[in-house]
Amino acid sequence: MAGPVLEMRSIVKTFPGVKALSDVNLTVRQGEVHAICGENGAGKSTLMKVLSGVHPHGSYEGEILFEEQNCSFRDIRASEQHGIVIIHQELALVPYLSIAENIFLGNEHASRGLINWNETLRHATQLLRRVGLDEHPETRVADIGVGKQQLVEIAKALSKSVKLLILDEPTAALNDEDSAKLLDLILELKNQGITSIIISHKLNEIRKVADSVTILRDGRTIETLDVKAAETTEERIIAGMVGRDLDHRFPERTPHEGADEDAAPALEIRDWTVHHPIDQQRKVVDDVSIHVRRGEIVGIAGLMGAGRTELAMNVFGRSYGRYAGGTVLKDGTEIRTRTVAEAVGHGIAYVTEDRKHYGLNLIDTINRNISLTALGKVARRGIVDEHEERQVSEGYRTSMNIKAPTVFEPVNKLSGGNQQKVVLSKWIFAGPDVLILDEPTRGIDVGAKYEIYTVIDQLAAQGKAVVFISSELPELLGMCDRIYTMAAGRLTGEVPRAEATQEVLMRQMTKDKEVTR
Amino acid sequence: MSTDVTDKTPAAAPPGKSGAAGGTSLLQLVLGGLRRNMRQYGMLIALGLIVVLFQIWTGGDLLLPRNVSNLVLQNSYILILAIGMMLVIIAGHIDLSVGSLTAFVGAFAAVLTVSHHVAWPVALVLCLLMGALAGSAQGVLIAYFGIPSFIVTLAGMLLFRGLTEILLQGQTLGPFPGGLQKIGNGFLPEVGPNTNYHNITLLLGLVLMAAVVWQEVRDRRREQEFALDVLPGRLFLLKLVAIVAAILTLTMLLASYNGAPIVLIILGVLVVGYGYIMRNAVFGRHIYAIGGNLPAAKLSGVKDKKVTFYVFLNMGVLAALAGLVVAARLNAASPKAGVNFELEAIASSFIGGASMSGGVGTVLGAIIGGLVLGVLNNGMNLLSVGTDWQQVIKGLALLAAVGFDVWNKRKSGS
Repeated sequence: MAGPVLEMRSIVKTFPGVKALSDVNLTVRQGEVHAICGENGAGKSTLMKVLSGVHPHGSYEGEILFEEQNCSFRDIRASEQHGIVIIHQELALVPYLSIAENIFLGNEHASRGLINWNETLRHATQLLRRVGLDEHPETRVADIGVGKQQLVEIAKALSKSVKLLILDEPTAALNDEDSAKLLDLILELKNQGITSIIISHKLNEIRKVADSVTILRDGRTIETLDVKAAETTEERIIAGMVGRDLDHRFPERTPHEGADEDAAPALEIRDWTVHHPIDQQRKVVDDVSIHVRRGEIVGIAGLMGAGRTELAMNVFGRSYGRYAGGTVLKDGTEIRTRTVAEAVGHGIAYVTEDRKHYGLNLIDTINRNISLTALGKVARRGIVDEHEERQVSEGYRTSMNIKAPTVFEPVNKLSGGNQQKVVLSKWIFAGPDVLILDEPTRGIDVGAKYEIYTVIDQLAAQGKAVVFISSELPELLGMCDRIYTMAAGRLTGEVPRAEATQEVLMRQMTKDKEVTR
Repeated sequence: MSTDVTDKTPAAAPPGKSGAAGGTSLLQLVLGGLRRNMRQYGMLIALGLIVVLFQIWTGGDLLLPRNVSNLVLQNSYILILAIGMMLVIIAGHIDLSVGSLTAFVGAFAAVLTVSHHVAWPVALVLCLLMGALAGSAQGVLIAYFGIPSFIVTLAGMLLFRGLTEILLQGQTLGPFPGGLQKIGNGFLPEVGPNTNYHNITLLLGLVLMAAVVWQEVRDRRREQEFALDVLPGRLFLLKLVAIVAAILTLTMLLASYNGAPIVLIILGVLVVGYGYIMRNAVFGRHIYAIGGNLPAAKLSGVKDKKVTFYVFLNMGVLAALAGLVVAARLNAASPKAGVNFELEAIASSFIGGASMSGGVGTVLGAIIGGLVLGVLNNGMNLLSVGTDWQQVIKGLALLAAVGFDVWNKRKSGS
């Protein structure tokens, strides 16, 4: 086997307040396809950003050796000059420019500022043939599908004489057919001598294309395995991804026993299907049925692209995607939730995973953010009683332990954990029976997490039904009475608390269609 | 505009402050309060400075009773537009059509009353309805069809200007019946004995003072009842004295000339009313919410389309009102009326603390911004500065105001 083309040694990368990478080592051999896998937040994307110069030299510790040279990239341009090209999860194409223009964007075939179109088109055609894309190079990128756009990205990488191609979850947005084509192309490029790093959590994909796999967990390298070796089973990889103990990071909670099994669930979703808002052929949620009872905390586990947020947001007032069937029942009666107002009216609350974009008006005060959803409760005939409003939010500031001098502090001055408490207060104030919490502890520190777990526990104890969407398995195992798993838009399992382990869940979260079929 | 009733935010003193208040001097308290509310008071202070400067430069002419009266009359329509524009900008939009719409409504009023002899109260109502119609048409396109407000109102700007010329056939049409004229130039009637002052105006000033003081005291008491932090006693007293002094000064100035202009009363009602709506009504809160973060507002159940629609409908009605005032003041409808009014209203809003990205601003801010421009205009006229230099200076004033705001925000590290 060939020697290493890339060595990353003892990489440490710290963001304010978080250590994203602590001591990561990665060795990639010449001409192989090297997979990197790990849970959400394990540090995969950060590591690749360090490699490609998105995080410039000096902002991290450790050293990078590429083709036996010590590298210190200042930016993406510097790494591309060495032949390292990264294709991000979100494609970086300009939709209203042609394929050819996109391929050579920033790297135009031009002399004295004028573009040589003949040369551009000739070269583009040649590159498109190489990636197997049968489109005219003058077609607008907006007019071709996501799968083809992915190929354009690769053609763009090839135009830069790539030696090491990095693909960050390349198939996350693709359907089965496009995924298969893309994986074939990666193998084809391997035959042409191009080394690839592919970030993926789809284990069947890894088995198909990768030669070796490096597992990251909590910002550390756990191990590197030879995929072709017999002992490298999917179980083996899963064990590496999750292998972590549960310590006392959760409030003691009495599991909700199935005492009211006969009563109708507080919320029941039946046969829910959602199509992608733009690519309407693609089902992002496919025939999912779940339910949650009063006093119960039900988890939904899944990896990126599993369709958990899409399900929750579509049920909650069609806030994402296109509804394509399914019913919602509240306490056994069918209800409509076509607008957010209807959903809120039926006592459903959705606490978003993205508090900055969907949860808070950052430039406004704590006070006004908390009261917004249920202004009617502190208003009479359309006029808000400011004193009552202030009293209510002061109440939440105390009870939720929001660290701010007054409720008149703008929320953009607060830390992530405190912002999350404001979002939670806002929805608790709305007085729902069912709370859908989407990644409620994302990006906040351990102390604040514990406080939020306690609040969730109290909500359940008060008889509210809680749906807990999370990518952190320990947190689901620590808090939930039952856990659903989703993968690629489908429900892949339902596990009661007693039987749930990280391995069982991860197994079901990485189940792909062949397995379920 | 001393209707400070809409401004109570300084009451939000940090909890530590009220306890320690006994040990700090009044000056420190005032400075502390100012620093925390720089955005709100910065422009008020700037307005004060501009007034003092021009008072000195014009040798005292600026604040002569006759000139103050004029200042109100000259700027009233821009201030009316600025109130509506502030709502539009807070909601995250812009309205370029209001200048043309004022001209169009003025022309409509002239056609009704002068050509067709419609009774003026009827014409007034019809004009306001016309404004509502124009505003809601634009509102539908913006809110429900999702066409950007810049485009819709740019089209409206051309369209209403054209319709004005069609209605008037390029001619100036007037004069208006007496009742309508009063909206633009009229003063409150005089009654009672001769006191060298305008009695009704004095009375009105007194009532206003009493109302403001009563409101402030009641608010403070309620806040104490709810066990919330209140402004320290001495600072509260100082605030009351400042408000009363401001109202008293304006009252005396106006009462020693013709009395309060009718349009000032209209404006006063609008400021108090809209200030109250933006601060205390659910509708006002929803405007701030959609301008501040539209996706978050949607996910909170705010009916964003409906709110946007009403904001534009409202702008149409206020533009119609401004159109009536302009026409009444000139006593004729002209095809060239209202040119650049939209830009003056927009500039007033930004000088008064609005943000390009929406979600920020107060009605009082729009009024202060409008007055900054108005005083600059009037002062420079008194000094016989040519319109060429006036434009230059107004442009610089806008840049300075917004530049200061940006600098101040960066300094506070956000």
